Amino acid sequence: MIAPLNHEQLLDLRQCLERGLPRVSRPYEDLAEQIGAHHLQVLKQMQQWQEQGLFRRVGLVLNHRALGYVANAMLVLDVPDALIDEVGQRLARAPGITLCYQRPRRLPHWRYNLFCMVHGRERAAVQAQIQALLDQHLLADLPHHLLFSTRMFKQCGGRFAPPPSQVWAHG
Amino acid sequence: MDELDRQLINRLQRGLPLVRHPWQAVAAELRSTPDELLDRLHLLLEDGVLTRFGPMFDIERLGGAFTLAALAVPESRFEQVAAQLNELPQVAHNYRREHPWNMWFVLACATCADLDQTLAHIHTITGLEVLNLPKEQTYHVGLYFPV
Repeated sequence: MIAPLNHEQLLDLRQCLERGLPRVSRPYEDLAEQIGAHHLQVLKQMQQWQEQGLFRRVGLVLNHRALGYVANAMLVLDVPDALIDEVGQRLARAPGITLCYQRPRRLPHWRYNLFCMVHGRERAAVQAQIQALLDQHLLADLPHHLLFSTRMFKQCGGRFAPPPSQVWAHG
Repeated sequence: MDELDRQLINRLQRGLPLVRHPWQAVAAELRSTPDELLDRLHLLLEDGVLTRFGPMFDIERLGGAFTLAALAVPESRFEQVAAQLNELPQVAHNYRREHPWNMWFVLACATCADLDQTLAHIHTITGLEVLNLPKEQTYHVGLYFPV
């Protein structure tokens, strides 16, 4: 039987993990040492958090720009309300789409209610890829627009700011 | 970046195992050693190819209120308004995009009240209408991004 972590240890572990996983060969033992616990307690707690959905995986955030994926576009579509779940689910599964959300229309200023993020190495390729995707799913007749980013002014903000590649996921 | 770096990135996108010796497991898969992989990971972070290694928290479960917002900024005021926004700690991202709504940013606040207040504040200091586009529904994507 593995004893659960106490309240203080839980808070400490969360705080440690917000900074990332220690980059050592036995990271969970390192964490256990930092919070005064046994590594099995840490592993069990992290497995629980993962099951509860607090995090999906111990993974990484890519800097798309550093990898040459400099063409970053936001595809927006005006989808009839009755179809939005179907279209959203289809586009989310499509290759090249990294995020997909429904957001409110703000008429008369803004008619689009489905937002997808697309990353590619160059603009022409992203345009062609999106066109092919819309054709394939018979969506090309829906009002839509591809908004390329031309400059990035700010990467990150304060305490509640998620890391760059996660940010569109939550805004 | 060489082939091993790429393999490592692709493997870690699927998650480091939650076991006592996770690097041994990954090293065995990639025919490498834990030390070699940790050195690679360290360099990829230092070079800025990766910006984080660790649990990918669902930040909404950690608390906080978020939205995507946009402004249609007159060209002559673009730099000035960008500077005004970037001073605000609640502005997490700010992109210029090719559209009449040309400034797109994410607001990350502690509470919904803070978020409303920040939106009102941006309207006041810029004199511009703010498009507030909070997420209503998430369609889950495969987060895997092969390199």
